[in-house]
Amino acid sequence: MGKTINRALDRPMTIQEVYEARPRLWWLYTLIVLIVASLLTWSGTAVKFSGFASKGIEVAKGVGNGLLHPNTSLLFNLTEEGVPYQLFQTMAIAVLGTLIGGLLAIPFSFLASDKIVPKWIAVIFNAVILVIRTIPSLIWALVWIRVTGPNAFCGVVTQSVCSIGMISKMYITAIEDIDTRILESLDASGCTTFQKIRYGILPQIIPNFISTVIYRFDINVKDATTLGIVGAGGIGAALIQCINSSRWSMVGSYLCGMVVLMLFIEFFSTKIRNRLTRG
Amino acid sequence: MAKKKQEGYRVPLFDRIFKPQIITLPNGHTVARPRSRMPLILIALIAVIWGSIRLTGFDLGIIVRRGYQLTVILERIFHPDFSYFGKVVEPLFDTIKMSILGSVLGATLALPFAVVASTNINKSRVAVSLSRFLLNIVRTLPTLVIAKFAALIFGLGTFAGTVAITVFTFGVVSKMMYEAIETIDMGAFEAMESAGGNKYQSFRVACFPQILPTYLSYCLYSLEMNIRAAAILGYVGAGGLGILINERIGWRDYEGLGMVLLALFVVVFIIENTSQYLRKKLS
Repeated sequence: MGKTINRALDRPMTIQEVYEARPRLWWLYTLIVLIVASLLTWSGTAVKFSGFASKGIEVAKGVGNGLLHPNTSLLFNLTEEGVPYQLFQTMAIAVLGTLIGGLLAIPFSFLASDKIVPKWIAVIFNAVILVIRTIPSLIWALVWIRVTGPNAFCGVVTQSVCSIGMISKMYITAIEDIDTRILESLDASGCTTFQKIRYGILPQIIPNFISTVIYRFDINVKDATTLGIVGAGGIGAALIQCINSSRWSMVGSYLCGMVVLMLFIEFFSTKIRNRLTRG
Repeated sequence: MAKKKQEGYRVPLFDRIFKPQIITLPNGHTVARPRSRMPLILIALIAVIWGSIRLTGFDLGIIVRRGYQLTVILERIFHPDFSYFGKVVEPLFDTIKMSILGSVLGATLALPFAVVASTNINKSRVAVSLSRFLLNIVRTLPTLVIAKFAALIFGLGTFAGTVAITVFTFGVVSKMMYEAIETIDMGAFEAMESAGGNKYQSFRVACFPQILPTYLSYCLYSLEMNIRAAAILGYVGAGGLGILINERIGWRDYEGLGMVLLALFVVVFIIENTSQYLRKKLS
């Protein structure tokens, strides 16, 4: 490392001098600590620990017991109640929801990047994307249930809409990173518009798009497990029913299935995405 | 690429079944062009999609036929009932308070766990894999399920929500942190250790300043996520806006629901922009 030279002294500074001249930001740190502390005290006012619920300890014991002794007959039951069927349905919801969401996000993201369309159109579509992102997926599910009825199809439609928000946000970054010089060189070598898109644009954005979709798939599987709470299909409905009726061993087997599925999917999605980014 | 026999290179199974196309160049060299994987990927994708359509009862016809039902609710949501605002304020602040407290607690808890779970600091492989396994399990549990359990154990209310957000933040932040810790420059840590510092001291002076900006930016990021997550936790009885959302939907008061969502939208917008600004400053 080079020595720190003080221009006024016109010689390298000694260690002591460098140490003395270190940046002092104590007022900034104090300010940050004060802000965080006051936020914490303010938020502490709403949260009061009022002891365990009357059945609290019992529930905690039940959950622990259920996780340690899951209901094995349910775990390997191949009918519609069984864990495997529920897990596959959850995954199916996420697959279709993510794919449709990923496709729907393409026009949204092109229309929302001000590199391609006029600024005012981009602003409008960015606002639409923000609205889609803010409405929680449970609300979307409740809105769509009116249309589709309480079934797995509702979950698919919900996730297709919800995914648009995050996916298009990441698509936009990918689109704005496109290297346009390549298009110029393709132009110079006499390519048609179609060829320019095929060889100049698509190779740059497709790996990014696929990686985004796989990442969202990860999130959607997790989300699909809770959509069942409002009746939009997937494992959530059965899980909540079992929790409400205190059948802990069944809760345990559903939870085990979910954990295994999530770990499995996360492992593979990380692997595929690593390969995509490395090319 | 000229075809060469490389030592220790195993030809993938796919290329052994579908032999690469051999192209002879004008100068006599041959080039092996591996067959495209695309058909295989397409077949697999189509099979998965077909299976998913069967499992979910996918039917576009329903949307075409009954799509107008969507506008019935959406139209009412987009005409929020502003007189309802008075009742939204308190749960809204509850939600913000829950997420701030949960984020801070979860992120604080996450730091020691992340250090234990990073391979470059902790040399004990058993401890690393054990802590990672635990973190993975915590992370896979959906927030709503954690909130449901917390509400059953600690009673309905904001405390249960705070617990759920703490657990969720803990899982997410510790995973991101141990990945960040593994990428830091270990030279300073080794120098401190050889200068006689113990592990804790060396970590505090050599590694902590390196990860602090990343850590703070992850904390802000998780706060952003938590505000949105906290809004629906009340749906399972864990306090905050979710209770109102549940109630308004139950009474089919979609104008009220619109007001709740509008308030949430404004808060999320403000917090996201503030935190994005701070995160930009940090990096």
